Amino acid sequence: MQHRVSPFLMSILCIGIAVLYVPILVLIGYSFNASALVSVWGGFSTTWYAQLIHNDQILDAAWLSLKIGVVVSTGSVILGTLAAISLVRFKAFRGRLLLTGMVNAPLVMPEIITGITQLLLFVSMLNLLGWPHRGFTTIVIAHIAFCSAYVTITVQSRLASADRSLEEAAMDLGSGPVRAFVDTTLPSIAPALASGWLLSFTLSLDDLVISSFVSGPGASTLPMVIFSKVKLGVSPDVNALASLIICLVGVCVLFAGYLMRRTERQRVLDEQMAER
Amino acid sequence: MAAIPQQAVPQTLPRTSRGEWLKRHGKWLIILPPLLYLFVFFLIPFAFALVISFADTAVRVPPFTDILSVSPDWHIHLTLNLGNLKYLFTDEVYGLSYLYSLKTAFFSTLICLAIGYPMALAIARTSKSTQSILLLIIILPFWTSFLLRVYALEGIIRETGLLNSALLWLGIIDHPLQIMRTTFAVYLGIIYSYLPFMVLPLFATLEKLDHSLLEAAGDLGSPPWRAFLDVTLPLSMPGIIAGSMLVFIPAIGEFVIPTLLGGPDNLMIGRVLWDEFFGNRDWPVASAVAIAFLVLLVGPIALYQHYSTKQLEA
Repeated sequence: MQHRVSPFLMSILCIGIAVLYVPILVLIGYSFNASALVSVWGGFSTTWYAQLIHNDQILDAAWLSLKIGVVVSTGSVILGTLAAISLVRFKAFRGRLLLTGMVNAPLVMPEIITGITQLLLFVSMLNLLGWPHRGFTTIVIAHIAFCSAYVTITVQSRLASADRSLEEAAMDLGSGPVRAFVDTTLPSIAPALASGWLLSFTLSLDDLVISSFVSGPGASTLPMVIFSKVKLGVSPDVNALASLIICLVGVCVLFAGYLMRRTERQRVLDEQMAER
Repeated sequence: MAAIPQQAVPQTLPRTSRGEWLKRHGKWLIILPPLLYLFVFFLIPFAFALVISFADTAVRVPPFTDILSVSPDWHIHLTLNLGNLKYLFTDEVYGLSYLYSLKTAFFSTLICLAIGYPMALAIARTSKSTQSILLLIIILPFWTSFLLRVYALEGIIRETGLLNSALLWLGIIDHPLQIMRTTFAVYLGIIYSYLPFMVLPLFATLEKLDHSLLEAAGDLGSPPWRAFLDVTLPLSMPGIIAGSMLVFIPAIGEFVIPTLLGGPDNLMIGRVLWDEFFGNRDWPVASAVAIAFLVLLVGPIALYQHYSTKQLEA
């Protein structure tokens, strides 16, 4: 269905993409600026990157964010995949509408509302049950709630298009339903799980608003530290830090995209093989 | 709430009946963990916010009073403070900032649609291999931190930023333009941040569009613009609604963009909520604002859910 794209559409596309990328590229460029004055180009230098290594506040925050990211993405992949299996495989069950709603709502809910309401829950829980204390635990719980929604959406479409005949064959040969699923369907959706993990990781690593609400004293994530610095204006060490994070997230997203594309291609190949 | 399996399996049961039990109720082992988790940590919090919006502020931890209390003579007292609700309607800062947020989000969404639609259409009309590359190019900023992208934008539009330097150098202006801390900067920030959210759902519907319909319209003598209005536009309606809601709803509650790019006049509801919470530490009023805000969002969220499930099923 090849069709000529009008020059008008093509030029808007190019301008749009340029607008999306120019600020990021300029930011990365200026992170290598030797001058401490952010508007004057003073030659190429990696000073600001070297300075980050000696900034304890930033290192602590980065370490906390990485720990949170790993726990959150692992938890989100488990919960999100269970939710995806529920929605794809069990057509009718009590609570299905509720689950569908709760999986889709976090995608559009303004973060500020999610953050406030979750904080109020945690504070009331701490008052009544003595758990959880605000900090690492509460940030992890809050992040899993919205990251698992993204995992569910990623896995759901893959699971819906997965071929069930192998799983049925395994069950005919005597495997239990869980064993059959783990042996046949799980490997075919594994790349979707991996990309779900990476996407949860970037979402958790980037979150500012929800973390700010549910975190407690002494637990500052990387975005919280960056935000307090950015409020004061543009500074060269934030340029370096931001460039590092953007590159890390970029690698995660590209890798996730690569995994998804590879399964897609594999699926098409399998279908062609099957037709022969 | 979902039905919970009635009782645990007694260990003494013979193996067959345990298998039987698993066959009938085993699916709840898969459904319940995510259902319960999201119920407790996503839905229940709204109930807590509703309850706390009826409390009074107090100098203690947590900084609000209990709604229910038991007096020494075993009377249960229910104290509902409707003052916060009244405060929302009498102090005009909440109403005004909400209306201002609505206005800003609405026009930003329109501009995003005007830019995003031709972009999505252009991507949908390229070959499959180009499509996947272009999509990746759009998705990459979609996942990049809002905070960092807004910060990057500040580097372009501030007084000594790239834009002003370029314009000065070209001789188009003779003194730097004041863009930061203006309404224009807020619009620019929202459009810049949310554009990918508009393009992706639009592309998803435009890609599925049956091209033979356009050719048929052409064969029957429709000029391209007419074919677009009669065929492409109506068929892409689910994508337009989903994309618009994906921009509109989060933009109303936006906090980072008005705080970093806007001036003191750009009081959006997200900023008011943040200040009420962290600045004034008035949690009951903040809860009341959040609940009122949520009630006003139910319509747009339902609209989004309706069209996005339609798109999934298509």
